[in-house]
Amino acid sequence: MNSGKVKREIPGTTVFDGEQARKGYALNKMCFSFNSAENRAEFLRDQEAYCAKFGLSAQQREAVRSLNVLKMIEAGGNAYYLAKLGGIFGLDMQDIGAQQTGMSKDEFKAKLVEAGRK
Amino acid sequence: MASIVGAVNVTHVPYIGRAIANKLQQDPYWKPFFDGFPPVREWLAKVRPDVAVVIYNDHGLNFFLDKQPTFAVGAAPEYRNADEGWGIPTLPPYRGEPDLSWHLIESLVGEEFDLTTCQEMVVDHAFTLPLELLWPDRHPCPVRTVPVCINTVQHPLPTAARCFKLGQAIGRAVESWDADARVVVIGTGGLSHQLDGQRAGFINKKFDLLFLEKLIADPLWVTRYSILDLVELTGTQGVELLNWLAARGALLGEVQKVHANYHIPISNTASGLLAMEGI
Repeated sequence: MNSGKVKREIPGTTVFDGEQARKGYALNKMCFSFNSAENRAEFLRDQEAYCAKFGLSAQQREAVRSLNVLKMIEAGGNAYYLAKLGGIFGLDMQDIGAQQTGMSKDEFKAKLVEAGRK
Repeated sequence: MASIVGAVNVTHVPYIGRAIANKLQQDPYWKPFFDGFPPVREWLAKVRPDVAVVIYNDHGLNFFLDKQPTFAVGAAPEYRNADEGWGIPTLPPYRGEPDLSWHLIESLVGEEFDLTTCQEMVVDHAFTLPLELLWPDRHPCPVRTVPVCINTVQHPLPTAARCFKLGQAIGRAVESWDADARVVVIGTGGLSHQLDGQRAGFINKKFDLLFLEKLIADPLWVTRYSILDLVELTGTQGVELLNWLAARGALLGEVQKVHANYHIPISNTASGLLAMEGI
């Protein structure tokens, strides 16, 4: 899964390109299924079985198990799809942002407010 | 012939849906955002559009990554909202305008835009919330709608120049539609924000304010940037400004600002609102 081209580096950023889309397909497909309340309930009843049903890789299953967003991105997860998984656990975008940046939620929210003052 | 009354660009953060449902418009957190809308609603009441062409991006509701069209046009009599998985209320259906949909499709394909056409299409918050903000508590929404969906999810994305040209082609198509209708073009999403990665929470106020200014008199300014430049400058989701650019492109002559609002933050996003009309 390498085109041989040198990818542009954007600090702290993973561009969801073909390589990511290929790598993350099973994980994103599982997250897409969470548009249905019935599927969300099925996932909560048995997370491991649900991950297996969608053929998640060991790396993806571990990322889901630990609910670690950076690891999910590393495993090909796309932000919009991962947000559907986060929603199951009541995580909003500030929770997800705080987790990824290693801040508390209050610190992360303060950082957003600060961006408006600059 | 149909005429274009103007364009409105609006941020589309999902939690706006919850704020509306919980009537938080005057809550201190939300007030600076919601207070931007009354002047635009007054303008809409004056210019009286019958139809809205809504240029937006889907976030994994209608399209999954199994099929990800670069440009898709809705051609349905009705568009339903549905459960998006993140717990925001589902809104009542929106009326379509299949005559304009098919006229757009004919015209755009004729101009070499290879589209995906959708006779069934569910629409997510990026389509519904701007309509709720512009016409609050109006069900059914007083305008008939045509969704135009641009891929801002899976790279490669269409270039800024291409999206501007798509908008221009939409403008020409609407103006050649043989109907006595007044059309508003709505572009949704943005402005700068990044949800994912160690750079989550990235916002670029300086760029946004320049973009808001340039979009009026010099919209081609932003086409100097590649998509990856735009990701770096505006965040992984800030590239939704492509929808704004396409909506601006649909106004074929010179334009003036009707009203603008900009506020940081709404959720993780720099929120923007910009209404424009032809001079």
